[in-house]
Amino acid sequence: MLKGRIHSLETFGTVDGPGIRFVLFMQGCLLQCQYCHNPDTWSLTEGREVTLEEVLAEIEPYINYYRSSGGGLTVSGGEATLQAPFVTELFREVKKRWNLHTCLDTNGYNEGDKIRDLLDVTDLVMLDLKHIDNEKHIKLTGKPNVRMLNMARWLSEHDRKMWIRHVFVPGIHDDEQDLINLGKFIGGLHGVEKFEILPYHTMGIFKWQELGWDYPLEGVPSPTEEEIERANRLIEEGRQQVVSAK
Amino acid sequence: MSVIEREVQGSQAVPSAWRGFKAGKWMKEVNVRNFIQKNVASYEGDDKFLKGATANTKALWDIISDLSKKEREAGGVLDVDVNTPSTITSHAAGYLDKDKEQVVGLQADEPFKRTIHPFGGINMVLNSCKAYGFELPGEIVDLFTKIRKTHNQGVFDAYTTEMRACRKAGIITGLPDAYGRGRIIGDYRRVALYGVDFLIKQKKQEKLSLEVDVIDEDVIRLREELSEQIRALEELKELGQMYGFDISRPAENAKEAFQWVYFGYLAAIKEQDGAAMSLGRVSSFLDTYVERDLAEGVLNEESAQELVDHFVMKLRIVKFLRTPEYNDLFSGDPTWVTESIGGMAEDGRTLVTKNSFRFLHTLYNLGPGPEPNLTVLWSEKLPEAFKKFAAKVSIETSSIQYENDDLMRPIYGDDYGIACCVSAMRIGKQMQFFGARANLAKVLLYAINGGKDEKSGVQVGPEYPAITSEYLDYDEVMKRYIPMMEWLAKTYVNSLNVIHYMHDKYCYERIEMALHDRDILRTMACGIAGLSVAADSLSAIKYAKVKPIRNEQGIAVDFEIEGEFPCYGNNDDKVDQIAVKLVESFMGMIRKHKTYRNSLPTQSILTITSNVVYGKKTGSTPDGRKGGEPFAPGANPMHGRDKKGALASLSSVAKLPYEHSLDGISNTFSIVPKALGKDIDSRESNLVSMMDGYFGSDAHHLNVNVFDREQLIDAMDHPENYPQLTVRVSGYAVNFIKLTREQQLDVIHRTFHGSM
Repeated sequence: MLKGRIHSLETFGTVDGPGIRFVLFMQGCLLQCQYCHNPDTWSLTEGREVTLEEVLAEIEPYINYYRSSGGGLTVSGGEATLQAPFVTELFREVKKRWNLHTCLDTNGYNEGDKIRDLLDVTDLVMLDLKHIDNEKHIKLTGKPNVRMLNMARWLSEHDRKMWIRHVFVPGIHDDEQDLINLGKFIGGLHGVEKFEILPYHTMGIFKWQELGWDYPLEGVPSPTEEEIERANRLIEEGRQQVVSAK
Repeated sequence: MSVIEREVQGSQAVPSAWRGFKAGKWMKEVNVRNFIQKNVASYEGDDKFLKGATANTKALWDIISDLSKKEREAGGVLDVDVNTPSTITSHAAGYLDKDKEQVVGLQADEPFKRTIHPFGGINMVLNSCKAYGFELPGEIVDLFTKIRKTHNQGVFDAYTTEMRACRKAGIITGLPDAYGRGRIIGDYRRVALYGVDFLIKQKKQEKLSLEVDVIDEDVIRLREELSEQIRALEELKELGQMYGFDISRPAENAKEAFQWVYFGYLAAIKEQDGAAMSLGRVSSFLDTYVERDLAEGVLNEESAQELVDHFVMKLRIVKFLRTPEYNDLFSGDPTWVTESIGGMAEDGRTLVTKNSFRFLHTLYNLGPGPEPNLTVLWSEKLPEAFKKFAAKVSIETSSIQYENDDLMRPIYGDDYGIACCVSAMRIGKQMQFFGARANLAKVLLYAINGGKDEKSGVQVGPEYPAITSEYLDYDEVMKRYIPMMEWLAKTYVNSLNVIHYMHDKYCYERIEMALHDRDILRTMACGIAGLSVAADSLSAIKYAKVKPIRNEQGIAVDFEIEGEFPCYGNNDDKVDQIAVKLVESFMGMIRKHKTYRNSLPTQSILTITSNVVYGKKTGSTPDGRKGGEPFAPGANPMHGRDKKGALASLSSVAKLPYEHSLDGISNTFSIVPKALGKDIDSRESNLVSMMDGYFGSDAHHLNVNVFDREQLIDAMDHPENYPQLTVRVSGYAVNFIKLTREQQLDVIHRTFHGSM
């Protein structure tokens, strides 16, 4: 039987997609982002194995909340696409049984063609772009950003709805040219319904401590409102360059 | 009086006070519900009509803010009149600023001066005075020890040895045996609609109707009570006169209606200092007067809001003199001036009026505040605009609680109100005997320890066999638990019988009962504490292995748990049904006992803030909770154990059967704005959807906390009150109370400066 490895679940999610949502956090991720708030979701062997029916039974009591609020199901992580066959079945089933809206929260470290089945039952992709500069991306996450950017292009070419999210860490994301380039990249995509900057925060540090790991961003503060405003402005500037050139 | 009598009974003439109102039964008999049904102006619109505070409102609120500050600096009590026991007419008129007040009347001749209420018990007064640096004169002490007996003396004259032992051990706590019991709502609206003379006439007729063949104890008591009620109504008129008003006649306009209702309430709080002195359901009633004045062109929206603001301001400064021990149980100087707002009529119309909006709007005009305890009666069918507005006010002030009108209306009709926190009662037709609560977690330890108290080692409960096995066996524990609960239920109900017998005798609520019908429904409102601890303990015993650690006396003082067990609060029937069963069983046990005045037994799952004291008085429990640690409040899951998010937690609580807990099931929900949605619009609609779903599954009550900076700081010091406080950022969630102090400070900093 098809099984999924999950980290945890949240019955009242309101910030990972529209409306009130059931959020399933999958276990396992191949990136090692320095700012990760949930490093305990990285391991591919931790967490617990569940069947499809077990997850569906966790969702079922609340479907009225999700439907009446225009919400649905979000699968996050960890990295959800690492368990694409399980998530595909899950999305297919919640659509069949309850006609729920489905949202995939992913870092995009995969290939569109490979996970096409999953994307075909996904109503909204929330794509987390970690860094537009490849070298800095490698330093930040341990992997190059090529696959992520290709994923964004794939979604764009296939007319999929997406929200793009970008965590902003002072000292890592504040280069002017990077921000303009990010804007240009986004400006060249179709189907981007929303772009959000998520200000870096330090509330995940305790989890690194619990795991007995050194925290790589020790001493880095959360961005100020001014920094966020500036980043938004520069990204918009880059976006406009592309949009007006079209 | 005789004039009104003739007009109503004999001729077609209608008193000018009733001009423009639709006629009905209410004109011939005291029947406020009928008046509301005929005259209520249901309002389906939005909040755009609301007006801000007037200059006078601001000036008055400044006076109150200043006095509040002085009171805090003085250590919690600013002034006490130690010389004058409070009665309806004991104190001369007092004002904040006479020229600016639309609604007048204070408990004493000056604002923030507390008065003494010795009829409930002189010790409470003596200790309160001492605690705050005031001295009660010897002659007052003598008067209420040697000459006039108090409720407290009466109770202790009749308490049995066992009752005293239970009280001392804290297996039954918070009993109203030393002060006023409260939780009675006079129908203060009657004063405005009818005027006091009409009410006196009705009471005299009631007394006359009791000149029957058999004058037995019940008749004698009721005749004496009716005489007291009539006397209290005469004093109420005198109270009006002290402020220059003739309230023998009905109110002529909105201003008088607010004033008359307030005089009724003021008389009650001058006479009684009950634990909860609730107001009832006055807002939509008063709206009819506002609508009439607006139509007559003698009032505009700004002055209508001013009336509401000034009325509410008076309710915010209700003060009683309490001991520090009382504050441990019910902390923060609460008075529970509960006002029930909204709801639906039985015929499907909404009882939401513009005044429902105006009352909530006081939280902006005067700023957020705990009193009056604004309680929205939630129905799926409430106008959407009102739902949204209430959600907005909750998000911005965290000052509202919600109770399920669709659940209560079939039981109490459409003219009930909430006393205290969650106790529904038909206004003017029903009262309760407040019974505090019994400790279900501690009695589980008694079952394990053969009736010996785990803290003192004293044999408090019956000497049933203790459990001696190495590991606790579920069936064996249940076999011991049930008879021990039976014993507790019996002792508990008997104690309450003593208390309420004596309260009726020595501290009778004359004016509140004068604003009731002659024949009323009385409930014996029992309650339970420690439900989630007891349920989780039984779950641990059933699904994990629990090994008691016994002291040299053989008493289990701690427990070792091996393995996992499901916890209440995760929508898991394996344990939730244990909680349901506990509620049903204990209620069944309470129902077996004879109650004072044949009152109807009910129970609540409500601790107010006494969950902390109950925790202190209870040793380690088999769920892994250490001795002395607080219980979860009310029907809440233990903090940190509900791991599947808000909906799972709400669903567990919603399973508790209201029909076996008719005095209410309290649930406190706490969330940060960011976890409710990204912007105010989505936060409002998410909160509305959440409550529609929660109440749609027959849940009873929800306290909604959406935190600002001050509340987050409070959460650092009282994490037990904020079990679900979640901070969600960047797609992940962290539990606020699990963060270190430093991290919490960081959140507080960001919250304060951030977009919320």
